[in-house]
Amino acid sequence: MTPQDPGSEQDSVRKRQRDRARLMALLLGGFVVLMFAITIVKMSINQ
Amino acid sequence: MTSVSVPTDSILFASPRDLFALTKPRVMSLVVFTGLCGLLAAPVAIHPVLAFAAVLCIALGAGAAGALNQWYEADLDAAMKRTANRPLPAGRMSRQTALHFGVGLGVFSVLLMGLATNYLAAAILGISILFYVLVYTVWLKRRTAQNIVIGGAAGAFPPLIGWAAATGDITLLPLVLFAIIFLWTPPHFWALSLFVKTDYANAGVPMLPVVAGLTTTRRHILLYTLPMVAAAVAPWAMSLTGWIFGFASIALNALFLILALFVLANRATEPARMRPEKRLFAFSILYLFLLFGALVADRWLIA
Repeated sequence: MTPQDPGSEQDSVRKRQRDRARLMALLLGGFVVLMFAITIVKMSINQ
Repeated sequence: MTSVSVPTDSILFASPRDLFALTKPRVMSLVVFTGLCGLLAAPVAIHPVLAFAAVLCIALGAGAAGALNQWYEADLDAAMKRTANRPLPAGRMSRQTALHFGVGLGVFSVLLMGLATNYLAAAILGISILFYVLVYTVWLKRRTAQNIVIGGAAGAFPPLIGWAAATGDITLLPLVLFAIIFLWTPPHFWALSLFVKTDYANAGVPMLPVVAGLTTTRRHILLYTLPMVAAAVAPWAMSLTGWIFGFASIALNALFLILALFVLANRATEPARMRPEKRLFAFSILYLFLLFGALVADRWLIA
């Protein structure tokens, strides 16, 4: 077994962090849009 | 200067792909499909935005249940060839991440379902997640060979949830749909467990082939197929659906029954010679897709 280079491992960890942060931003954006749409639909149904 | 150790970092920051894998996407696809069919088969039209939100919640709830199942069963998964490469047993994610992800997703899905549709659908979604995690995963799976008979109820909830999301109540048809999936689960899983028996035995899971043998399991597959056939034809026989569902149901159930008889006739003990079992397992997935597809076609083309 060869020990992994700590530098490259840390790069990979940072990349994963960035990927997760991007995904989280997208999901939060999607959630806001969905909540907005649900609210509008509910308001139109209750009118 | 870095103060965090490398191995801890690598599992703390699981990749989005591993988080997705934690939700058991293949299982989720069947759950989402049956939930969508329950929603589309309902006699009340639901606004597309609310329908989308309801199906999303069913998917997230199923994902949460899958994540919590993998969190609890990481030791079992590590012992089985089929599951050893999942994120937790492969060491690509910490157990805490899986637990937080599963609980968060589950709570979020139930709250969103309550906000978008109604509290009945949200309550059934919550019960289905808890049933899968607590009753099936924690209580039954390692204790009894009947684990999937009772645990099968967890996978049978989606049509009920879809129906409840659209109508706000539960009538006879969604209950029969629940019964179909409930009775379908044992033959489906026992067919699989016959050709991965060694995996289950190594992991110490008391699946029927492990504790009762291959012949008994094959007999049980046929035994549970009979009430499943009756339940699957019932919606048409009780005039809850039209002839499209009736025709599809009779054809699909006849084929299921024939494949179950082939399984009963098979005497093979080696997985390589278990073609009838593999065929029944593959067909059982197609069966559910087609049966529920026929239900929706029937509702939209005839009604």
